[in-house]
Amino acid sequence: MKEQLQTPELAAVEVDVEGGDLSRSDVILKGALAAGAIYGSAMVSPFVRKALAMSESGDVGILNFALTLEYLEAKFYEEAKSRAKASGELKSLVNLLAEDEQQHVEALTATVKKLGGKPVAEPKFNFEYNDTAGFLKLAQTFEDTGVSAYNGAGPMIKSKEVLAAAGGIVQVEARHAAAIRLQNKEEPAPDAFDSPLSEKQVLKAVEPFIV
Amino acid sequence: MSELKQLKDPVSRRRFLAVGGSSTALAAFLAACGGDSGTTTNDTTAAMGSGGGTSETAQFGKGDVGILNYALTLEYLETAFYADVVKSGLFKGAELETIRKFGREEAEHVQALTAAVKSLGGKPAPEPKAEFPLKSAKSVLELAATVENLGAAAYLGQAANIESPEVLASALAIHSVEGRHAATLNTLLGESITPDGAFAKPADVNTVLESVEPFLVE
Repeated sequence: MKEQLQTPELAAVEVDVEGGDLSRSDVILKGALAAGAIYGSAMVSPFVRKALAMSESGDVGILNFALTLEYLEAKFYEEAKSRAKASGELKSLVNLLAEDEQQHVEALTATVKKLGGKPVAEPKFNFEYNDTAGFLKLAQTFEDTGVSAYNGAGPMIKSKEVLAAAGGIVQVEARHAAAIRLQNKEEPAPDAFDSPLSEKQVLKAVEPFIV
Repeated sequence: MSELKQLKDPVSRRRFLAVGGSSTALAAFLAACGGDSGTTTNDTTAAMGSGGGTSETAQFGKGDVGILNYALTLEYLETAFYADVVKSGLFKGAELETIRKFGREEAEHVQALTAAVKSLGGKPAPEPKAEFPLKSAKSVLELAATVENLGAAAYLGQAANIESPEVLASALAIHSVEGRHAATLNTLLGESITPDGAFAKPADVNTVLESVEPFLVE
């Protein structure tokens, strides 16, 4: 790792943008911040910002990427109201999640427009599951992926207002993830750090559900 | 103090403050945390991220070091709280395992934040001495939920103030875990997993410090 840190930009991009290759974010702290220790953080940060800025499509691009994920989740839970055969506590949870994701879609659409961008069109989705267990398994994948997607995109967001808004959404995604995991009798917070995923990794994860 | 109203914890804030044990001089604690104990701004716009340079966390150090030390102080309190709860004998079985797990994760946050402060050339904040009221399983779960919801809101309140993308990446990775903890405890209590609705609300530094003050001892 130390050899890679010879070029701060590359080290940082590798850690931040392709961070999902590393299993834990404490690796990010120990690794990426080592660049700060060696070169001085004040010196590293501008390099990182520049490198990240070049590698991404700006806030509108990031918001549209998030909007695609929220479209997927909103549609998934909307369909689940009639398809997931949920009852009792789970039924209430599905309704809550459907409502939250729909609100995220609306907020992201409005924010893209406010920034002068064009909101991405809603893709067509196909979710394959036959029962409650199948629904819950997919839900866990989507929520965990959503958390990591926002965590990966966060450091690339330029506007502080957009970052604060994205933070308010990702925390809700994390809450959803924990609730769904409890339904699956899984650890609600499996790791001390929610690893970031790059846009490429997230798209790869959701592609099978886009028709 | 309109921020207080925004803090929709599952447990009322009044009760949270009321269960606090021995009170202490917060000023002494803050002074012990090092740094310039001068101005304490209560600028909510800074908390929302439009402030940039304004530093609510200046009392913990400059810039990102101050934010990391503020987070470290909260993580120390969470770690100590869970350790005390485990020792209290109030929980067993699955609930005890969850509490142990959350406690270990908070301890990992302490380690990571300590390393991050050092990497930035700063001095890690000292571990505050704290005492928590551990009367019944129910009241402890309520306190845990309040602490976790507040912790998540504290991270959210600082996210946009962080300058370094690496520090931000790390803070975000912790922030969502605090959100998971909060939702889990809310579920155990039969409370809403998303008390703020579809968009989680941030908490500013003063609100957070006032809330933990009752648990600090000299």
